[in-house]
Amino acid sequence: MNRPWTLLLLTWVISVVATASALFIGEVMGMTPCVLCWYQRIAMFPLVAILGIACYSEDRRGAVYALPLALAGIALAGYHTLLIAGFIPKAWIPCSAGVSCADQQLAILNGIQIPWLSLAAFFCIAGLLIIYLRKTSK
Amino acid sequence: MNSKKLSVAVILGIALVAFLVGIYLYQNRVQNAQEQQAAQHADRLVRMHSPVLGPQNAPVTIVEFFDPACETCRAFYPIVKNLMKQYPTEVRLVLRYAPFHSGSDQVVKLLEAAKKQDKYWEVLEMVLAAQPMWADHGNPNVELAYKAAEHAGLDLKLALTDASSPAIEAVLQQDVQDLTALNVTMTPTFFVNGRPLPSFGEEQLAQLVAQEVAKNKP
Repeated sequence: MNRPWTLLLLTWVISVVATASALFIGEVMGMTPCVLCWYQRIAMFPLVAILGIACYSEDRRGAVYALPLALAGIALAGYHTLLIAGFIPKAWIPCSAGVSCADQQLAILNGIQIPWLSLAAFFCIAGLLIIYLRKTSK
Repeated sequence: MNSKKLSVAVILGIALVAFLVGIYLYQNRVQNAQEQQAAQHADRLVRMHSPVLGPQNAPVTIVEFFDPACETCRAFYPIVKNLMKQYPTEVRLVLRYAPFHSGSDQVVKLLEAAKKQDKYWEVLEMVLAAQPMWADHGNPNVELAYKAAEHAGLDLKLALTDASSPAIEAVLQQDVQDLTALNVTMTPTFFVNGRPLPSFGEEQLAQLVAQEVAKNKP
């Protein structure tokens, strides 16, 4: 196994774990995702397919296609994290109808906030993808 | 298949298995918690005022927390009825209210008022049959539910007066208190002799009832 490919595999594993966790929390534990959570899901779920196929067929372009989604995920999860931390006034919340994004019970496993996990996952994926792309560029 | 393709396939398999095992473990835990909760609050399962269908001294009691505006409750009504037909002497049904949708509380009060006119089950069936007309979740139209009740032969004027009585308000309050204590968050929620379903479904309900019936065979 060569090293750059292992990096790509790692990004895919992170996306698989994140997607499975999001589905578990939403569908099995029954926690309704808020609008911001949905946007983050939109950025995360396709990564399972894109990075999975990229790893399977050793296709460098897969990383290129995945990177914009990972960056969008960082932006959304970053916004969400600032929102629950209280750095952005609640009046700006775009999701007043339905499930609130700031007041929702988002803590699992002794107070770890789900948006933090989301942000960390997107950060790792984007960072590893950039390293992978650098290493494999000719 | 080279080693890379194989690793991708293996990881995917592991993730899938972990997910399914997680579902199984989680549901087990939830069921145990609910079972304990139900055992602790056994007195909250059946109240004097609760409507009962079937033989009073049946060995198996299905307690159903239901919402007249809930589609799944409507779909399960014939299913529960069929179960009762299958065990005519062994099973009775106790209905409890879980008015989670807006407008449901008014319909529940009407149902309770219908009990006074001895028209409870007729009105319930009529209201459930007409549910698609009146129970739009965003915009319920309780008037249409009242109309349906009238079709079942209810004296609507009298019923509406009764429905606003403190006694019926107390019934509703009691049921809401009980469902909170029992941790009922979805409708319909079934308890068969105090045991919750392992996971929600028609088959699971039938199995649990069959188990309890077999247990109570003399």
